[in-house]
Amino acid sequence: MDAFIIQILNGLDKGSAYALIALGLTLIFGTLGVVNFAHGALFMIGAFCAVFLQQVLSISTVAIDETQKDFLGNPLKVETPYVENWFGPELGGAIIDWSVPLALIFAIPVMIAVGFIMERGLIKHFYKRPHADQILVTFGLAIVLQEVIKYFYGANPIPTPAPDVFKGSFDFGSLLGFDPNVIIYPYWRMVYFGFSMVIIAGIFAFLQFTTFGMVVRAGMVDRETVSMLGINIDKRFTMMFGIAAAVAGLAGVMYTPINPPNYHMGMDFLVLSFVVVVVGGMGSLPGAVLAGFLLGILESFASTTWATTTIPGINQIIIYLVAIIVLLTRPRGLMGRKGVMED
Amino acid sequence: MSKSDLTRRGVMKAGAAGLAVPTIFTAGSAAAYTNEPTGGSVTLGFNVPQTGPYADEGNDELLAQQLAVEHLNGEGDGGCLNTFTSKALQGNGILGKKVEFVTGDTQTKSDAARASAKSMIEKDGAVMINGGSSSGVAIAVQGLCQEAGVIFMAGLTHSNDTTGKDKKANGFRHFFNGYMSGAALAPVLEKEYGKDRRAYHLTADYTWGWTQQESIAAATEATGWETVNNVLTPLASTDFSSYIAPVLNSGADVLVLNHYGGNMVNSLTNAIQFGLLDKEVNGKDFKIVVPLYSELMAAGAGENIKGVFGSMNWNWQLQDDGTKAFVKSFGEKYGKPPSNSAQTCYAQTLLYADACERAGTFNPCGVVEALEGFEFDGLGNGPTLYRAEDHQCFKDVLVVKGAENPTNAYDTLEIVEITPRAQVEYAPDHPMFAGGDLGSCNPGA
Repeated sequence: MDAFIIQILNGLDKGSAYALIALGLTLIFGTLGVVNFAHGALFMIGAFCAVFLQQVLSISTVAIDETQKDFLGNPLKVETPYVENWFGPELGGAIIDWSVPLALIFAIPVMIAVGFIMERGLIKHFYKRPHADQILVTFGLAIVLQEVIKYFYGANPIPTPAPDVFKGSFDFGSLLGFDPNVIIYPYWRMVYFGFSMVIIAGIFAFLQFTTFGMVVRAGMVDRETVSMLGINIDKRFTMMFGIAAAVAGLAGVMYTPINPPNYHMGMDFLVLSFVVVVVGGMGSLPGAVLAGFLLGILESFASTTWATTTIPGINQIIIYLVAIIVLLTRPRGLMGRKGVMED
Repeated sequence: MSKSDLTRRGVMKAGAAGLAVPTIFTAGSAAAYTNEPTGGSVTLGFNVPQTGPYADEGNDELLAQQLAVEHLNGEGDGGCLNTFTSKALQGNGILGKKVEFVTGDTQTKSDAARASAKSMIEKDGAVMINGGSSSGVAIAVQGLCQEAGVIFMAGLTHSNDTTGKDKKANGFRHFFNGYMSGAALAPVLEKEYGKDRRAYHLTADYTWGWTQQESIAAATEATGWETVNNVLTPLASTDFSSYIAPVLNSGADVLVLNHYGGNMVNSLTNAIQFGLLDKEVNGKDFKIVVPLYSELMAAGAGENIKGVFGSMNWNWQLQDDGTKAFVKSFGEKYGKPPSNSAQTCYAQTLLYADACERAGTFNPCGVVEALEGFEFDGLGNGPTLYRAEDHQCFKDVLVVKGAENPTNAYDTLEIVEITPRAQVEYAPDHPMFAGGDLGSCNPGA
């Protein structure tokens, strides 16, 4: 029972990341009809927004300390962040400590701008081209973006810790009557899950309860009719691209304390997120979210010692196995709509 | 009427066989050995990961290799040429020929590494291949160099197999291995954490992970520890939470992470997130061990490595003359201290050049003879032996731990103990290294 709960919990944070990326992918696919292979790169750029802000906040004044030596035996250069000079060591230190949550504020305009430039600058030229062309151009763009990040930040992962207050883990087991340490779950992963829930709810509410969202939903169903009513649907879809980019970026920002970001992290999530979209049903937002959590949890279960000893390698193939089964039994995915990618 | 043995079928067979032989074996058949240098220069091939997740480590290796070439050609401050006990190298190239180099990108993939090594040998005329950051890659490239008739001076490769079941006469390893890590670490772990410990291993699922896990488990069990479980994790894993969550519940009080590179950074970060180091199991504080450390990866893990024990081949903080000379050269040129993978590549390049000088030839068989049983000092690792039986270097091993109070960006690890060479030595026919055959040197051509 305890192992069961542990893996459910583990699946939730992984599922959160899948769901957020898949949600953005589905938004773009549903509105613009573009299969965006650069979406993982947007997740990665979001993560590097957190790295960038952490580095900006850590820009320091340098003072030579004759009493200490560096690795070559020269007097040590002692660095003090400007933020600490300006706001005092305590408040300055707290600002640096909270750089990841603060990066959310920074990442939103950056990601919307990146999404806007990406869509207006490149992807819009491929709307009327075959899906294969769209995949090639967006995949190429993803490679370019990750190489740009590698050029500036190198290939090594960069530690981007969560605020001190979120370090450590919560003992769920004690709460449920188990022995101490049997079911533990890191605080930051709980934050990540909660954060993803808020974002997902926000997106659904935005599409459901605003006029803008209503027009976008109408456009997703019948773009031509909406255009004929005199609504500039392209403009709204471009804005949706920006919003989808922001969702991926925010997911990336909040993921940085879970695993130190590197330039390749987007690719690690991209393929799995596409499987999530296909399993959930192309163009279905609830399907993307459902499949994200479902596959995250299944992947967690497949990584248990019991599963890997019973069926060696199951942790590597579980997601694809589920995808095959779902597509065989429900060709449109769990919640797919008729007519999407079927013309 | 004379009878000819030639038949149409025979000619076809011979032709097909000829086509099947790689050009690597047929090129330069007039030379005494593969890529015999005929002009005023000799070309070395530096095969390191320049793209992919280990690109930073590969770049560090490349910086060290370039520095070694400078020193061999008499440029710069000479670095370890001034401290090396062998005085064969004069700073005038190798055997009077100016040293030039070409580089290849292993991408940390065996097939890509073989392709780039093959290209450097066939197209650029490299007489020696050096570098790399993975045992899978090292074993693949070592096999290729053996077939091609060039010397392979391995870079960072820590699997027992490189000089065990996959050893080759044309291949040499300066870096230490999994067995040595176990032999050095186990007594320190016993001293720090006691005899009565239960270890849970997470192991990268490839040659290096398997041999390191076997070595660490054997060495710690010999001191009284029990190995509770060993879970193999796919190399492509990025999130280890599913593997870490069951650890506390297993009754283990030590987690051994047989991971390297990005795997190590992520698994250690995940373990810290789960608060393992704050827990108490079996009445003892929970501990984490990372048997193989690298400075670059330690930096990636940030403050998560504080107090976590591991081992290294070398560290820039050592105080011997060889280390000081190399750190000074490298630090002044590049503004940062070298990593231990950089040091092993630098040392290997000098060792190859020195062997050529002493042998008086670039012929791989002459170089092999000069390196086998070669005893030296002054390159930063103390007195060292290149053992003839398996082409493995035997030298002191460092036990390190994550710095508790780092004073600068490079101060990530502190040296706990310099384990003497005698403690990490083993017989050439040790079971963990059994099954291979060194064979004989292949000069190619």
